[in-house]
Amino acid sequence: MSLLSIRDLVFRPAGASCAAILDHLDLAIEQGEVHALLGANGTGKSTLAYVIMGCEGYRPSEGELLYDGAALAGLKIHERARKGITMAWQEPVRFEGVTVADYLSLGTERGAADSALELVGMNPALYRDRMVDRSLSGGERKRIELASLLALKPRLAIMDEPDSGIDMLSTRDIINVISAFKERGSAVLLITHREEIALIADRASQLCNGRIICSGTPEGVAGHYKKRHCGLCDGTECHYV
Amino acid sequence: MSEQEDLLRAYTCAGGDAAVLGDSSTGHLAASGHSIVSMRGVPGLVVDARETADGIFAAVTVKKDVRLAKPVHLCFGVLHAEGTQRIEMRVNIEEGASATFIAHCIFPNAVKVRHAMDAEVSVGDRAEMRYSETHYHGPHGGVEVIPVARVNVGAGGRYITDFTLTTGRVGKLSLDYTVTGGRDSVTELNARVFGHGQDDVRIRDAVLLNGRNARGMIKTRVAIEDDARAEVTGITEGNADGARGHVDCMEIVKDRAVARAIPIVQVNNPGAKVTHEAAIGSVDKRQMETLMAHGLSPQEAVDVIVKGILR
Repeated sequence: MSLLSIRDLVFRPAGASCAAILDHLDLAIEQGEVHALLGANGTGKSTLAYVIMGCEGYRPSEGELLYDGAALAGLKIHERARKGITMAWQEPVRFEGVTVADYLSLGTERGAADSALELVGMNPALYRDRMVDRSLSGGERKRIELASLLALKPRLAIMDEPDSGIDMLSTRDIINVISAFKERGSAVLLITHREEIALIADRASQLCNGRIICSGTPEGVAGHYKKRHCGLCDGTECHYV
Repeated sequence: MSEQEDLLRAYTCAGGDAAVLGDSSTGHLAASGHSIVSMRGVPGLVVDARETADGIFAAVTVKKDVRLAKPVHLCFGVLHAEGTQRIEMRVNIEEGASATFIAHCIFPNAVKVRHAMDAEVSVGDRAEMRYSETHYHGPHGGVEVIPVARVNVGAGGRYITDFTLTTGRVGKLSLDYTVTGGRDSVTELNARVFGHGQDDVRIRDAVLLNGRNARGMIKTRVAIEDDARAEVTGITEGNADGARGHVDCMEIVKDRAVARAIPIVQVNNPGAKVTHEAAIGSVDKRQMETLMAHGLSPQEAVDVIVKGILR
């Protein structure tokens, strides 16, 4: 049984007359698997992450999400988190008056903060008492978000474009984080639009126009993505790349 | 139990360290209602307080070029359910001097209590004053707190305050600080208030940057819930070349509470620059979602956000 099974998922924003952002999407993520989701801007990658996480306004219009074989429908974000699903947003928010150590301890036991910081290349002595506020650079904030994911020890970690941002994380940093998840047996949904990042994964899928248009080895999917070829749009070149 | 013992016990409960009041190397002033309970000066620090017909008069002077190693502790309170405390305070930090004040204002049983502080503060040239005031109020909301301060900061002087009222019910707060900053001076006014029930929070901070290259920052953080009201006015004037000021107000509103922010920025010299930012509203949705993705319930997430901004 897959850890997460997404079947025939359709998502249209409430009240919107536009086409579905997710259009009869099928995807399975296995236990302990790192699954890269490749796709250009606007193809629905982040939307899929919000739907899985249960964010407000992202209730599926059709289809189902099964986690450990049980439906996620109706569960709020924190209820999903308590089942082991968590997420690092593409642009993490800031928190005034919350130290890095406190932030990394939210929802988990204290003491995991230092090792999580080290895994994302941050010196705990320099960061644990800093605030998770505007005093951090964009890159520092993203690293801390990844560290918080590690500290939570989730069963499924959704990483929404960990490589994006003004102060980009290096591929090596991301590989380190992914390796740590793998060692712990966590599954990862790695959302990216960079082929080289996708190569870290065990498997990959390409999202285009709200649908998974191909799945397979990271090399195969990355190659497909690189050619900008989409079999669903018009059979030649993807409109959305 | 004596009034002094009562006050010390309440002081400890409010987070104060009663031992410092017995430390001969630490200056302090403690008053319960209109009774002066205890005071002490130390070399370079003169504490002169007396009971007047309608309150307490206190003059505190830090002598020229004296840099006090230990903070001066102030403890004011009304421990009964009803009462009035009126304090007239004159603080003079003389040229080149430096001092930190830690004030605790304690009203744990207040049902009908009025605490009025009228302060005139002079921070001399190159002098520095740090003033931290923490209020400890009880659960009844029967306190009226009216602190008024007029502060003059000399050339190269620094004046930094922190006002915190996050424990118990606010009652009615009407805080009114005006600071005039001289050449190369630095002023920081910070306030954090958490209002509940029918609390009424009014904060007016004004920084007049009159000296060349004077710097000023007003930072206010207010959280209100239930039927509380808050109005925060942050005034900064840039009146001299090179003056730089900023007003930063954040108010989080829950339930039926109502908040208002009035930033007033005025520049009277083309070489001055003043900026402001204000954010009022419910708890940020993205912050909530992020914390909930850590497994926190919505209420736990709100608590983390509110405690953070009031920290």
